[in-house]
Amino acid sequence: MTDRWVAVLAGGLSHERDVSLRSGRRVSAALRSVGVTVEEWDADAGLLPRLRKHRPDAVVIALHGGEGENGSIQTILELLGVPYVGADADACRRAWDKPSAKAELRRAGLLTPDWVVLPQSAFRELGAQPVLDAMVERLGLPMMLKPDQSGSALGAQVVREAAQLPTAMVGSLAYSDAVLAERFIHGVEVAVTVIDGPDGPTALPAVEIAPETGVYDYTARYTAGLTTFHTPARLDPDTAAKVADLAVAAHRLLGLRDVSRTDAVVSAEGDVYFLEVNLSPGLTETSLVPMAFEAAGLSFGTTYAGLVDRAIARAIPAP
Amino acid sequence: MTTSGQPPERLGARSLDPHLGRYAARAAGMTASEVRALFAVASRPEVVSLAGGMPNLAALPLESLSSQIGQIIAEEGLTALQYGSAHGVPLLREQICEVMALEGVVGHPDDLVVTVGSQMALDLVTRIFCDPGDIVLAEGPSYVGALGTFASYQADVRHVAMDEHGLQPEALRAALAAAARAGRRVKFLYTIPNFNNPAGVTMAVSRRAEVLDICARHDVLVIEDNPYGLLGFDGQIYPALRSMDADNVIYLGSFSKTFASGLRVGWALAPHAVREKLVLAAESAALCAPTLNQMVVSRYLATHDWKGQIKSFQTMYRERRDALLTGLEQHMPAGCTWTRPDGGFFVWLTVPEGVDTKAMQPRAVTARVAYVPGTGFYADGFGSRQMRLSFCYPPPERISEGVRRLAGVLAQELDLLNTFGPTTSRALSGPQTPTPDTA
Repeated sequence: MTDRWVAVLAGGLSHERDVSLRSGRRVSAALRSVGVTVEEWDADAGLLPRLRKHRPDAVVIALHGGEGENGSIQTILELLGVPYVGADADACRRAWDKPSAKAELRRAGLLTPDWVVLPQSAFRELGAQPVLDAMVERLGLPMMLKPDQSGSALGAQVVREAAQLPTAMVGSLAYSDAVLAERFIHGVEVAVTVIDGPDGPTALPAVEIAPETGVYDYTARYTAGLTTFHTPARLDPDTAAKVADLAVAAHRLLGLRDVSRTDAVVSAEGDVYFLEVNLSPGLTETSLVPMAFEAAGLSFGTTYAGLVDRAIARAIPAP
Repeated sequence: MTTSGQPPERLGARSLDPHLGRYAARAAGMTASEVRALFAVASRPEVVSLAGGMPNLAALPLESLSSQIGQIIAEEGLTALQYGSAHGVPLLREQICEVMALEGVVGHPDDLVVTVGSQMALDLVTRIFCDPGDIVLAEGPSYVGALGTFASYQADVRHVAMDEHGLQPEALRAALAAAARAGRRVKFLYTIPNFNNPAGVTMAVSRRAEVLDICARHDVLVIEDNPYGLLGFDGQIYPALRSMDADNVIYLGSFSKTFASGLRVGWALAPHAVREKLVLAAESAALCAPTLNQMVVSRYLATHDWKGQIKSFQTMYRERRDALLTGLEQHMPAGCTWTRPDGGFFVWLTVPEGVDTKAMQPRAVTARVAYVPGTGFYADGFGSRQMRLSFCYPPPERISEGVRRLAGVLAQELDLLNTFGPTTSRALSGPQTPTPDTA
C-alpha cells in the first residue's frame, strides 16, 4: 500500500469548486496518513499533460459536479489508461442526471418521489403559468425543486406556496438548463454510503440528517453546527435494513463502483424513498461519508487506500 | 444482507460544532454561503473576474523593494522585528501627513494612529463610538467591509441615497430627521467620498461643505474613508472632508491602493481629543501595526518616486476603466444603467427591473465571468438589481471579453424574466461578497 502514488483531482470549474477543494484536501490527508504518496491536482487545461508525464498509479476523483461527475473526466482517464476510483464513464452519465437515475430505480420497482422534469424552453414556449399550475396539480405542495444536474444542494429549494414557484424556478434554472420538480416527502432524511468490497457492495450505517432550519441546503451542509447528525440513524431495524437495501440496489442498478452515497427519505408510514445518488460524494469535514466510515469503524485513509488498490487491480488485465 | 458485518458504532447525535451554545449573538450570520462559494471559481484563469477588488501590483519596482527590505533587516533589524508603539512609527506618521497634505489635510503626526490597514482603523473607530443598537449612517451602497464591521458591533446601519454626484444632502437630512423622530441617536456618518466603493461616484465638491454642515448641526461625527483619493484618472485631487472640518471628521487612509495591500498599513487621523482613545483601542486590538511593514512603507516614501508610481497606476486603471465602459456601451441591453467613475476601481451597474443579480450569479459562473451581486453592499437587503464590476485587476482585453460574456448572461436572464415574470430576491445565508484575495 505504501508504495502507491495517487493523484487526487479537486477543484475544477463547476459551481462546487470550493467544496471539491475541501474534499480533495481531506481525502489527500487521509491517504497520506496511511503512507500513500499523494499529489493534489486541479482539473484544468494542464491536467492531460500532467497525467501523461507523471502517470500516477491511480487517480482519486474528488471533483463535484460538471466534468467530475458527468463522465467526462472518467472518459479521459479511460482513454489514457489511468486507473481511477469510482464509477466508470457510462455509469456516471446515467447517475449524474437525476431524472435518469430516478427512472431507473422506479423501473426496478423502488420508491422515489413522483416527479416531472422540464427544460427552460418548455416554460418559455408553452407559457410558464399553465405549466407551473400543472406541476402543482400533479405534485402538490410543498414541492422540491432542484436543477436536474447539480450537487451540494445548489439551487435546491422547498417550495411551500405556489406564489414562490417563479422565484424558485429562476433560482434552480441558474444552475442547469432543466429543473427537476419532486413531490416533497415529509419524513426522516438519511444518507447511506455504499462501499464495494470482496463480497460485493456493502451499506454502511445510515446517517440521519436533522437540519436546524428543516432544510438541508448549502448553508446547513457546510456550516458546522447548523445540522444535527444521528449516526446511525434512529430507525427501527426493519427500516434500517430497507434503507440499506435501497442504497445497495441503487449502487447496483446504476452500475456504480467503489463508493457511492444514496440520499433517501423515510416517510411517516415507514416507506423508504430514493432521492438521489452521489457518485463522487463530499468528503469534507461536514460531509456524510466520513461520518459513515466512523460509524462503521472504518479508517478513512485505509478505506480509500483499499479503493485505490482495487482500482489498480482491475486495470491490470487478468493473465 | 447488505449492512456492514459489524454492529455500527453508536455515535449518537452530533452537531459537528461543540461550541454552538457559546457563540455571541453577533456571530449568527457567520455561516457558509452559497454565494461566496461561487467566487472560488473566480480565481481560475478561465474566468474573467470583474468581482474582486485586488489592486494590480504588477507595476511596482519589486527588485528595488526587495533590496530595501533586505537593507532594513540588515541595518535596523532589531527595531524592525520588535514590538513598536500602538501609535505607529514616528517617521512614517510624519510622512503620512505629507501624503494627506496633497488633499489639503493639515494634520499633526501626534493625532495620527497607524493601523493594520484602514480596515482596522474603521474597527477602532466603531469600537470606541458605537454601542449595540446605535445608528450609523452609510451611503447606499457602501463598502462591504465597513458593513461587516458595523454588524460586528451590532450597530444599526441606515443607508443614505447617492446619485452621480455622491451622497445626497437632502437624503442625509431626511435620515437624520427620521432618527430624531424615532428618538434615536446617530453616532456617525460613514462616507467614501472619492470614487466610492462600490458605486464609483464621487461626492461633488459643492456638496461637501453642506454635508459637513448638516452633520455638525446634528452633532453627528463624520468618518471619511479615502483609500482611492489619489487614484483620479486625470490626476485630479478632491479636497478631503477632513481639510474642511478638522474638528468633526476622522479621516481613514491606506497604502493598500497606492502601494501594497499585503503590507496592511493604514491610518486614522482623528481630532486630538479622540486620539488617546484610538491609541489605547489599537493597543488592545493588535498591540501595534507590524513595525517592519511600517518601516518598509516609510523607506518607500523616502526613496522612491511614489508620486510617479501613483501616476502610472492612474494610467493603468484609466485604460481598464475605459475598456469596461466601452464594453458596457457596446453590449449591455436596454434598461441597464451604470456609473462612470473618474477614478478608483469600480463601476456600479443597474440591470433591468425584475432581474436578480444574485440569482443570476451561477449562470455567470457557467459563462466564465464573475461580478459581485449588489445585495452585499446594503445592510437592508436592497441591491438585488445591482452589481459591482471591478476593473482594477484584469487587463483591458479580458475586461472587454468579460463584459461580452456578461451581456450573454443578462440576455439569458431576461429570457427567464420574460418567461416567469418579475421574481422576488431569493434569501440566501452568509456573506454575499468575495474574500479579500479574490482577483
